[in-house]
Amino acid sequence: MLSELTLTVLRLGLLVALWAFVFAVVGVLRGDLYGTRVRKRAGTTPAKGNPAPRAPRRERTPRPPKASKGPTRLVVTAGPLSGTTLPLRSSGTLIGRSPECALVLDDDYASGRHARIFEGDDGRWMVEDLRSTNGTYLGATRLTEPREVAAGSVLRIGQTTLELQR
Amino acid sequence: MSTVSSVAPRSGRTTELVLVLGAVGIVGLAYVNLGLATTGTVPPGLAALGLGYLGVSLAFHVVLRWRAKYADPLLLPIVTLLNGLGLVMIHRVDIARGRDIADGVALRQLMWSALAVAIAAAVLVVLRDHRILRRYTYVAGVAGFSLLLLPLLPVIGTSEFGSRIWIRLGPFSFQPGEIAKISLAVFFAGYLVQTRDALSVAGRKILGLTLPRARDLGPILIAWLASLSVLVFERDLGSSLLFFGLFVAMLYVATERVSWIAIGLGLFGAGAYVAYLAFAHVQVRVLLWLHTFSPEALQTSDQLAKGLMGMAAGGMVGTGLGRGRPDLTYLAESDFIISSFGEELGLVGLFAILVLYALLVERGLRTSLGTRDGFGKLLAAGLSFSLALQCFVVVGGVTRVIPLTGLTAPFLSSGGSSLLANWTLLAILLRISDHARRPLPDESAQSAVGEARTEVVKLS
Repeated sequence: MLSELTLTVLRLGLLVALWAFVFAVVGVLRGDLYGTRVRKRAGTTPAKGNPAPRAPRRERTPRPPKASKGPTRLVVTAGPLSGTTLPLRSSGTLIGRSPECALVLDDDYASGRHARIFEGDDGRWMVEDLRSTNGTYLGATRLTEPREVAAGSVLRIGQTTLELQR
Repeated sequence: MSTVSSVAPRSGRTTELVLVLGAVGIVGLAYVNLGLATTGTVPPGLAALGLGYLGVSLAFHVVLRWRAKYADPLLLPIVTLLNGLGLVMIHRVDIARGRDIADGVALRQLMWSALAVAIAAAVLVVLRDHRILRRYTYVAGVAGFSLLLLPLLPVIGTSEFGSRIWIRLGPFSFQPGEIAKISLAVFFAGYLVQTRDALSVAGRKILGLTLPRARDLGPILIAWLASLSVLVFERDLGSSLLFFGLFVAMLYVATERVSWIAIGLGLFGAGAYVAYLAFAHVQVRVLLWLHTFSPEALQTSDQLAKGLMGMAAGGMVGTGLGRGRPDLTYLAESDFIISSFGEELGLVGLFAILVLYALLVERGLRTSLGTRDGFGKLLAAGLSFSLALQCFVVVGGVTRVIPLTGLTAPFLSSGGSSLLANWTLLAILLRISDHARRPLPDESAQSAVGEARTEVVKLS
C-alpha cells in the first residue's frame, strides 16, 4: 500500500495542475486585451486585418507626398481632437463627422461631410466647403467657393481649428 | 489621426495542441490518483484508456487544422479537460458502486464521448459556413419545438425521476431537449436577425425603463407559454428556464433593450409562482429547496441534503479522488456530479471547474463579438449563453440557490444525449470562431487579379 504522503502529494498536485491549466488558458486569452493596436495612419493604409505578422509593433513613418514645397500635413490646433495630424493626400482629404471621412471630427457643429482639402491642377492645395450647415472659415471669411490654402493659414470648422503645415 | 486595427490573428493551433496535451495529462493524473487511492496500484488500463482519449482529442485537433484553421484555440482544450474529468468521476462512482469497468457507466460514457467527437468533427467538415444554418431558420424552429414537446407523446415519451423529458425507442432512451437547445438557438438567431429592428422600437417609458410597443410582445408571450407548458406538462423547471432564458437573452443581445430582460424575468417569475400555487409537483420541489433538512423534505428525497453534506465533507481541498463517499448521493454521476467534485476535489477544485466553464462561455461570447455577420453574432451569443445558463441551473440546484432540476452539467455529467448535443454545440461555436478570427482576404492580392491583363488563350 502506498504511503499517505504520496497520495496527499498526488491529490494536491492534481489541484495545482488544474489551476495551472486555468492560468495557462488565461495567459493565452490575454491576447484579447492587447488584440488591437493603434497606430498613426500612414500614407498607404496596410491591407486591413492582414498586416505583417512578424513585426506587429513596427510603426510606418508617413512618407511625405510632396517632399520639397508646400504643406504636407493637416494639424488640428484647437478643438476636441487637438493635436491630431494626418498627411495630406493629393486625392483629397475629407473632413466631417461621418466615419467615412479621413479626419472624423467629434464636433457637434460639424456636418457629416463638411469640407475637403485637395490638390488643385497646378499643385496648390485647395479647400472646399461641402455645403456644410455651419460653414468652413478660412481666416475670418466663410468659404463660398474652393480657395487656396497655404501653409500656416488657419481653417475653422465648428469648434475645431485646423492648420496646414509643412 | 490614428487607425485602430486588429493584430493579425495567429491561428493558435500549436497553442491548442500544447493545451490539449496538458488537458489529457491532467485527466491521466486524476485517473492515476483515483487508482492509487482505491486499489493502491496504477490502474491497469491506464495506457490504453489514456492513449485512446489522447487519440480522440488529437483527431479532433487535426480536423480543426484541416477545416477550421483559425478557430478559437482554447475551446477544445477546455472541453477536453472537462469531459475527461467527468469520465474520471463517473468511473470513480462506478468503483464505489462495485461496478466493473466493463459494465460500468464510465465505459459507456467514453464510447458516447468518442461518438460525440466524431459527430462534432462531421459537423465541422460538412458545415463549411455557419450562415448556411440561416436558411433553415424555420425548419430549426419547428424541429426545436417538436423535440421539446416530443416526450409528451403517449408511446415513446417516458417519465423518469418525476420529469417527462425522455423518449424511449426500444433499448435507446434519449433526452430530446438537449438537441432542441441547439435548433432553438438557430431559430431564435435567424428570427431575431430579421425582426430586431421592429422589436427594438421604443414604446412608452415607465420608471426610466423604455418599454417596447405592446404589439411587439407577441413573440415573448409565445416563448413564455411554451416554456410554461414544459414546466407544467413535462414537470421540468430546468428545461423550461433554459429555453425561456435563452430566448430572453438573445432578444436582449439583438435589441439592446434592458426592458426585455425585465419583462422576461417578470413573466417567468409570475408564471412560476402560479405554477407553484397550482401544481403539487412544483410545491414539492420548492419544499425540497427551501426546507431541505426538514423531516417532510427528507422523507420525499434526501438527495439534495446528502449532496450538501458531501460538499461540506470535502471542505477546502477535498478528500481526494477515491477517498470520499460521493456514491451515497443518488445520481452522483449525473445530476449531482458537481457535488461529487465538490466533495473529492474540494472548493479549490470545484472552482477550477467553474472557472473553466466561465472561460468556455467567455470564448463563446468573444467569438460573438468578433464575428462580422449578425446571424453569427446572435447564434454564438445564444449558444454560449445556453451553456452558461445550464451551468447556473445545475450548480444553483445542487447548492440551493434555485430549486433543483434535472439538467446535466455540460460535458461533465454522464448522459449520451447531453454529450452529443454539447459537442455539436462546440463544433458550431468553433465554426463561427473560425470565421470571426480568419483574416480578411488581402485587398492588394485581389486588386492584382483585377489589374492583370486579359490574355487571349487560344483553344484548339
